[in-house]
Amino acid sequence: MAKQPAKPSATAADDTDFMLRSLQEAFEAKKRYAASPEEMLEFYRQMLLIRRFEEKAGQLYGLGLIGGFCHLYIGQEAVAIGLQSALDNERDSVITGYRDHGHMLAYGIDPKVIMAELTGREAGISKGKGGSMHMFSTEHKFYGGHGIVGAQVALGGGLALAHQYNEDGGLCLAYFGDGAANQGQVYETFNMAALWKLPIVFVVEDNQYAMGTASSRSSAETRFHRRGTAFRIPGMEVNGMDVLEVRAAAEVAFAHVRAGNGPVLMECNTYRYRGHSMSDPAKYRTREEVQEQRDHHDPIEGLKKTLIEAGKTEEDLKAIDKTIRAEVAAAADFAETSPEPGAGELYTDVLVEEY
Amino acid sequence: MGIELKMPALSPTMEQGTLAKWLKAEGDRIEPGDIIAEIETDKATMEFEAIDEGVLEKILIPAGTEDVAVGAVIALITGDGEEAQPAAAPAAAAEPASQPVAAPAKPPKAEKPAAAAPAADPAIPAGTALVSTTVREALRDAMAEEMRADPRVFVMGEEVAEYQGAYKVTQGLLAEFGPKRVIDTPITEYGFAGIGTGAAMGGLRPIVEFMTFNFAMQAIDHIINSAAKTNYMSGGQMRCPIVFRGPNGAASRVGAQHSQNYGPWYASVPGLIVIAPYDAADAKGLMKAAIRCEDPVVFLENELVYGRSFDVPDMDDYVLPIGKARIVREGADVTIVSYSIGVGLALEAANMLADEGIDAEVIDLRTLRPLDKETVLKSLAKTNRLIVAEEGWPTCSVASEIIAICMEEGFDDLDAPVLRVCNEDVPLPYAANLEKLALIDAARIAEGARKVCNK
Repeated sequence: MAKQPAKPSATAADDTDFMLRSLQEAFEAKKRYAASPEEMLEFYRQMLLIRRFEEKAGQLYGLGLIGGFCHLYIGQEAVAIGLQSALDNERDSVITGYRDHGHMLAYGIDPKVIMAELTGREAGISKGKGGSMHMFSTEHKFYGGHGIVGAQVALGGGLALAHQYNEDGGLCLAYFGDGAANQGQVYETFNMAALWKLPIVFVVEDNQYAMGTASSRSSAETRFHRRGTAFRIPGMEVNGMDVLEVRAAAEVAFAHVRAGNGPVLMECNTYRYRGHSMSDPAKYRTREEVQEQRDHHDPIEGLKKTLIEAGKTEEDLKAIDKTIRAEVAAAADFAETSPEPGAGELYTDVLVEEY
Repeated sequence: MGIELKMPALSPTMEQGTLAKWLKAEGDRIEPGDIIAEIETDKATMEFEAIDEGVLEKILIPAGTEDVAVGAVIALITGDGEEAQPAAAPAAAAEPASQPVAAPAKPPKAEKPAAAAPAADPAIPAGTALVSTTVREALRDAMAEEMRADPRVFVMGEEVAEYQGAYKVTQGLLAEFGPKRVIDTPITEYGFAGIGTGAAMGGLRPIVEFMTFNFAMQAIDHIINSAAKTNYMSGGQMRCPIVFRGPNGAASRVGAQHSQNYGPWYASVPGLIVIAPYDAADAKGLMKAAIRCEDPVVFLENELVYGRSFDVPDMDDYVLPIGKARIVREGADVTIVSYSIGVGLALEAANMLADEGIDAEVIDLRTLRPLDKETVLKSLAKTNRLIVAEEGWPTCSVASEIIAICMEEGFDDLDAPVLRVCNEDVPLPYAANLEKLALIDAARIAEGARKVCNK
């Protein structure tokens, strides 16, 4: 008698692929984080700080005060705030690529030292020697700030290995873009992270364009959360324009990783309003496409609506904006007026020791 | 309250541009995000976006104007009271904007700090036993001693644990330290070099073994871009105490892709320490120093030397200074500078020369970066003749660097041009006879020495 074809698994326990979608299911069950009014206001304040900071950075670039490459985070604010607000800052580490201003601000690092780094001043967080793409704060366990597309993913794997080795209970949050998602070392890292059950959350900030190339033109699989499947890494697909959704997803992912289950791959769908860098004319997309995102998906406007529904007034929120504008203006003044590094700094920090 | 709109710099190199088109007219209301104008740069046409809200009061530069300097005021906006932040940066900003790359006529001279005097090798107490040890064992002993002393030290790489090392350098480490600290990786050099580097940034002290440095070419991005540069880029915040080690240079009959000396490549990179020892005592003492080092170290071994035995002092903690060359044979007539496997060949050549009445001094550089110029120049001042023996290509080699140093800092001591004795400038062939022809040997080194001695 011919063998019966295998039946679909009756229970989750029988289904070996269940784990791969279990986190998404948990997330779907409770998709928006129930933030307290104070938390919600704080998310709003932080996202707005990133927005205003980046606008100012764009302005200073235009004035020639910021040089080189400068990649703005405008439009993507909910990703960094949603995820980083869920971290345990005593233990957890973060690493990202060169679009890093927002992730620094999410830590509450003084905008002055970030802006001063952008203008290449001694008071900058890297003494003016790193610039926009290379900022770090080991004090906050923020490990940069890396300019080679995808390198931070393998480095993040190493930070996660250190958490596991030291048994400190921490996890590493490693951000990369939809462009970096096509780098080979990302998959080398997925393999080892899954093999060794490293405590790491891989976050694809899918802002739809790898520099000027749309995801669909560069990626055979554009639903990036599926790309861990070959390594048995569970995926999550998240609306990266909604800070409360990102936060809810972070809770699910972090709990999974902290329980010793190994890595999670989270795809946050987001959008950058500006060009890839300041010198990108962004001719590869229409003005209407950008406007549609601004009008209907803006993470700050979205949260503003939720806040007003919850009883906040326009005036309350305007007051926050006013304070932030003043803070950013002060950071810009500081960054413009503080001195450049002394010439002697040229030779410092090449090596730690003397030989 | 007027806001000055200034000609923006839209690329890292832009100094001026054409104001192609105004998309707003005087009197128009402007919201943040509105496109106000189109500006042509040398590379592209860019849209100039408003950041402030208000009313476009006056256009100062008409459409079609060419060569508008970055920073020039192109229009005025009337702000909406407190809503508008001055788009114009404070007056102080105008100057750098209008002279974006103008350097001061005489840039202030940066004083390069004087190098610290290199430390000497530790004195070996009288009565210390000398134990004949292979280079392979010496390297293993160094790693094991440092792993015992510091729980942050661990080894990772292909076949380092259960297989006991592709070249048996990590033999016995798994049994003593367990799989947490002796980690077998998949064959994925770029990935595990990055993970090792990240672990060092996270506070551990990884030893990353490459089965050979030829495979590290897949990982060279992390060695250079991530490990070597981050301390500098972070203004000294991000340490990366890691050792990348493995065999380097030609082995025997393994063909071009498995036979290359990367010493000159890594030695050219600021931010790295590069060590390439020859004998077992140096291998042990320098490996221990490398593991303790706060800076990233590239530690170049040689497969053909692994099995050779040398005396190693039987001491509890034999550590050598990084950055210090060693005179392995004293001589008066000519200096032969070398490193790694070349040192053995140089000593062989020195013996041949001695039979002919030429007294050669042989220097083992041991560390390729930072290079111990002092020892080289001192020897040159004594012998006045110098050659470099290097198992590697001649072009842009360590030999080239030594020659440059002798020209720049030892010219008056030279009685003859400095010569380099290197491999032939070809990919290494497989055929036994051709391989032999391509690699340096003692006879060629001796010939080079005779030449600079006019003999």
